[in-house]
Amino acid sequence: MSLTGSTRRFSPLVPQENAGQFFSSGHTNNWAVLVCTSRFWFNYRHVANTLSVYRSVKRLGIPDSHIVLMLADDMACNHRNPKPATVFSHKNMELNVYGDDVEVDYRGYEVTVENFLRVLTGRLPPSTPRSKRLLSDDRSNILIYLTGHGGNGFLKFQDSEEISNVELADAFEQMWQKRRYNELLFIIDTCQGASMYERFYSPNLMALASSQVGEDSLSHQPDLAIGVHLMDRYTFYLLEFLEDIHPSSKANMNDLFKVCPKSQCVSTPGHRTDLFLRDPGSALITDFFGSVRKVEITMETINLTEPIHSFR
Amino acid sequence: GCPKDDFQEELVIRPLHSGDIYASFQFRTLWETDFMRGNKVSHYRLFPKSLGQVISKFSVRELHISFTQGYWRTMQWGQPFLPSPPGAELWVWFQDSVTDVDGTWKELTNVLSGIFCASLNFIDSTNTVQPSASFKPLGIGNVTDHRFLRYATLPREIVCTENLTPWKKLLPCGSKAGLAVLLKSEKLFHSSFHSQAVHIRPVCQDWQCKTTSWELRQTLNVVFDLHTPGQGKLEWSLFKMFSRTLTEACPLASSSKIYIDITDDPQGEQFEVSPATHLLSQAMVLGDRRTFSVYDLTQQITFGTVRSLNLLIRWKSRDMLRPLLHAERYVAGYGLQTGEIHTLMYNNHPYRSFPVLLLDSVPWYLRLYIHTLTVTSKGKDNKPSYIHYQPSKDRVRPHLLEMLVQLPPNSVTEVTVQFERALLKWTEYTPDPNHGFYVGSSVISSLVPSIVAMDTNSTREQPLFSSFFPCKEESSYFMRVYTEPLLVNLPTPDFSMPYNVICLTCTVVAVGYGSLYNLLTRSFQIEEPSPGLAKRIANIIRKMRGVPPL
Repeated sequence: MSLTGSTRRFSPLVPQENAGQFFSSGHTNNWAVLVCTSRFWFNYRHVANTLSVYRSVKRLGIPDSHIVLMLADDMACNHRNPKPATVFSHKNMELNVYGDDVEVDYRGYEVTVENFLRVLTGRLPPSTPRSKRLLSDDRSNILIYLTGHGGNGFLKFQDSEEISNVELADAFEQMWQKRRYNELLFIIDTCQGASMYERFYSPNLMALASSQVGEDSLSHQPDLAIGVHLMDRYTFYLLEFLEDIHPSSKANMNDLFKVCPKSQCVSTPGHRTDLFLRDPGSALITDFFGSVRKVEITMETINLTEPIHSFR
Repeated sequence: GCPKDDFQEELVIRPLHSGDIYASFQFRTLWETDFMRGNKVSHYRLFPKSLGQVISKFSVRELHISFTQGYWRTMQWGQPFLPSPPGAELWVWFQDSVTDVDGTWKELTNVLSGIFCASLNFIDSTNTVQPSASFKPLGIGNVTDHRFLRYATLPREIVCTENLTPWKKLLPCGSKAGLAVLLKSEKLFHSSFHSQAVHIRPVCQDWQCKTTSWELRQTLNVVFDLHTPGQGKLEWSLFKMFSRTLTEACPLASSSKIYIDITDDPQGEQFEVSPATHLLSQAMVLGDRRTFSVYDLTQQITFGTVRSLNLLIRWKSRDMLRPLLHAERYVAGYGLQTGEIHTLMYNNHPYRSFPVLLLDSVPWYLRLYIHTLTVTSKGKDNKPSYIHYQPSKDRVRPHLLEMLVQLPPNSVTEVTVQFERALLKWTEYTPDPNHGFYVGSSVISSLVPSIVAMDTNSTREQPLFSSFFPCKEESSYFMRVYTEPLLVNLPTPDFSMPYNVICLTCTVVAVGYGSLYNLLTRSFQIEEPSPGLAKRIANIIRKMRGVPPL
């Protein structure tokens, strides 16, 4: 019985075939790259966005060693923060998404377009420590979340440089050619976010954005004590949706596409699934946001004399 | 067999004269092993594996790293047990077997940036110096060639929970038991001063020093502001400071103690500590003999019937001993072309003078004019007896200035030097250049004369807080003081100008060229206005008849 929560009876197939199925299906590990690209105190909400996704991803099982968290500025210990060492997502300070156990891998001036692309493609200088590397392989499902200020075809990094949708698409193609991912979910919460996934051309990519080209993504609610807007609408409702997900949940991507309809978000969230080989309805939320290990318990010995070939 | 290792933890609480309260945690692990002699150490127990691997891989003899938020106010708070400058500071002595010290230093800073979640990878040759006299090794060993020493600070480095999390994970009990349960980030960072550090050095086992052990000290100093929790009374408790109480010592610790400084009030008139304890201890700290109430957490009786310890301290304000040495630094001048750095060092001893070693490391983009360096005490010139100056090289290394200055008694010594600000290349500016650029703190190291005789026997059992700096002489003790960092504005270009210039040029070219082209190539043709409806019908009839139109 596997630990994905389903009560599947032990298959009456020959053990070798069972092993074949086990080794050839899906992903074996999960990674997450979460990036906040904005600097300055009034962009508090972008850090809160990224930390909300970080919190959800950690809660669903992905360990810190498999998360690359990039925050372009420090909000928690900023001198303007009336409650130091906290970043709140709900007003009246209900939920501290910064928490007590957080590890930021790239902070401050280190969050640049170059470092982001190097992390994705794996071309880092030899002395880079492990916690700053994306050590994924061809069986990794990767979640990439970007937030900040963006426009039609670009995302702004730290108010001084930008990454274009063409660069991003090429980086993903490099990752595909180097077999650095099995499936990749790309979520972006910026103005005109849908423009960022227009140019993707590599297989097995699924993308979600908070607004279409020509629309602005809006922020949710300010907190009068802290003095800034705490979250963006799309990520706020995404966080609410994810709070209901637990490691054995069976919710799939079609539920994720319904998050934040126009009535709540004011902008129109978009998604793209044409490059994704599976049916989105068969892809579980925990395939990307959680770290579910597939374990099969067998009572018999299995002779692996011949190599097991994968699907593709 | 397995090399012996030992872990001790202690907390010292000292009420300060301004009403604030100073808490200093020290966690020490001693391990009798040899990283150096080629035998791979693979069994780690109390000593953290990540740091052990760093020591053996990079042939480190001593490593001192600190992360500080806030500035230590010497005049209000006295002297700290372990001083540290704002931001991050890292200094390392390498073994003399290292051939390429600069390359090893670069790799070491990268590895440490991963361990502590800090951007230490920004340490490079432009902010690293090799002090010749100020940072002598604090452990044993006879390597004193300063080519194996590297010192760097990052005054801009932010300290927050993400640095505390990996620091706590290095402790044997983590943050689950012992004194480390008090380390909650929401309270620690809501303070006037917060500093966490890691110090690794080799020490002697006994007074004959036949065998050496490796000592790892993790220290955390925090000063809580009286006015933060909204109360005005001079009353503090563990729960108010840390939002936790203690329930047990770390099971892996051989000693777990809390010391409360009650020197000025041993009878308990000015001071009230509850629960009361009869254990007292005396120690020599910073030239002063001080008395402490001791709470031993390894004894079950300390926790009483409620099985939890919440110390409550209530006192009336008292006079503070004026610190003998303290320093200030600021930038004078106006405009974005030139300026002047002033460093003031105060010697508050009534009749004794003593020498201090001043270390200044100034980034290359502030071009110091060393010929304008003046050192004056009481209005008169005070020539330093030793100067070591290494000029900067643009984009390669910073200025390094070390001076040995004798401070006359009861005086202020002022060191001034003029500088000129450089214009950086446009790619070298940070994303927020109008914030300014930081200059790291100056370091003032000195042997300050002591009123009471200091204890030079370093192997006697002493509390951790009084045994950090080795004491070599009876009549003086070692002290290190850090000045404020400086924030200097460099001439900053207007980064929106390229966009403005492109817009303007394109507009001018379009309007100017377009108009000229039209003037030169436009030709006029005469065209009849279209006729009215009656005329058009008449023209159709005439066309049908074959007659020319109107």
